[in-house]
Amino acid sequence: MSDASMDLVSRILGGDRRAVARLMSMAENDVPGVKKILAELHTHTGRAHIIGVTGPPGSGKSTLVDKLTLEYRRMGKTVGIIAVDPTSPFTGGALLGDRIRMNEVALDRGVFIRSMGARGHLGGLAKKTGDLVKIMDAFGKDMILVETVGAGQSEVEIVGTAYSTIIVEVPGLGDDIQAIKAGILEIGDIFVVNKSDLDGADETARELDAMLDMNPNDSGWRPPIIQTSALSGDGVSRVVEALTEHMNHLNETGNLHKLVRARARDELRNIIIDHIRSLVDARHDSEEFETLVDSIVAGELDPYRAAEIYLKTLEG
Amino acid sequence: MAKKIRVLIAKPGLDGHDRGAKVVARALRDAGMEVIYMGLHQTPEHIVEAAIQEDVDVIGLSLLSGAHMTLIPDVMELLRENGAEDMVVLGGGIIPDKDARSLKDMGVSMIFGPGTRTDEIVEYIQKNVRVADE
Ligand SMILES: Nc1nc2c(ncn2[C@@H]2O[C@H](COP(=O)(O)OP(=O)(O)OP(=O)(O)O)[C@@H](O)[C@H]2O)c(=O)[nH]1
Ligand SMILES: [Mg+2]
Repeated sequence: MSDASMDLVSRILGGDRRAVARLMSMAENDVPGVKKILAELHTHTGRAHIIGVTGPPGSGKSTLVDKLTLEYRRMGKTVGIIAVDPTSPFTGGALLGDRIRMNEVALDRGVFIRSMGARGHLGGLAKKTGDLVKIMDAFGKDMILVETVGAGQSEVEIVGTAYSTIIVEVPGLGDDIQAIKAGILEIGDIFVVNKSDLDGADETARELDAMLDMNPNDSGWRPPIIQTSALSGDGVSRVVEALTEHMNHLNETGNLHKLVRARARDELRNIIIDHIRSLVDARHDSEEFETLVDSIVAGELDPYRAAEIYLKTLEG
Repeated sequence: MAKKIRVLIAKPGLDGHDRGAKVVARALRDAGMEVIYMGLHQTPEHIVEAAIQEDVDVIGLSLLSGAHMTLIPDVMELLRENGAEDMVVLGGGIIPDKDARSLKDMGVSMIFGPGTRTDEIVEYIQKNVRVADE
């Protein structure tokens, strides 16, 4: 490893915020050499409690994250926040506005907030988020909160890497109840009905409760439904309690070990796929490759056989 | 994955609205940049801390209140203290020429007056930001 990389590692372990921020950018941009640095940091990870926060746009996720962070800071815990927002598929640009709601904790040196554009990573978003989580963990953050807009499969994948997942809904679900059924119900460990200062919170909580009754999971954990008003902070301490109980449950049942193993499995798989893809990309216009293409076109080889031959050369 | 330009847009001071800042933020997003939008009433401390954590290339400060001669120098000073003086700082709003000159002496890269077209700002950023990381 280069001196510059070693220096970055020791600065991060020493708590240097600029080094942390820089490495996060390097990971997001897939800068050459970043894998070695992440590998070096890996031995310093595994202590953080990773919490996913997801739900529809505007449901109050960032406001809740801000208030949860205040609670954890009162308890003496340090907090890392990763806020993921959609990237425009047309321009590649993104407007990352979650920080607006996190002003209360933004100057606290025990808190580190990072905004991230989803950047249309094909299936790679979970990996990038995982890299940032790893860096926060090595940086020594006790609690890592990952906010994503609950809209699609990639968000489900991201929160899938969390130990505890909070689903934030708002009163008056109405037709949304169908959307919730599809996918979200299974991944939620804690359901929050936020904006309970508005009408209809009780009814929404009842509907969610009935849906959870109809879809029991086999983890032995019945997700609680908690009404909050994140703006005023009402109910937020109960979310913190529920998170602690969930973590205890994971520990006692051995489910935490299963989750850790599933994370490690996904990570290994993603790294391997990444590696193979870059091998293929690096040589996709090599002479061997083009010769094989010619043979297929000339009818001398079928593409399946050609792929087998090519894979043998990659192994070498 | 190509490097994306990251820009922080904030409105320090006590001004009442952030329409102009939002227009600029959207234009930069539409030009393919990642824009961290902080909104109104930001202190220099908040701005610099966010710029560091977000590892931005550019800080855009929008001001109308006339407090630019205290707020912008404070931001520049904090950037220096944090070893982040390599970030490109842009100012926007009603800033007299004389003040604009002294702000540039302090390290502000460019001041955009009222009526600046957003594509001029986009172009300026694309020309003046380091493209390769590391
Ligand atoms: N009435 C009420 N409004 C709230 C509450 N919590 C948040 N809000 C408001 O809801 C709006 C959205 O809040 P955010 O925290 O930005 O919501 P979000 O889910 O993070 O939004 P996105 O990240 O854009 O999806 C803001 O105007 C908040 O002030 C609440 O408990 N009650
Ligand atoms: Mg948000």
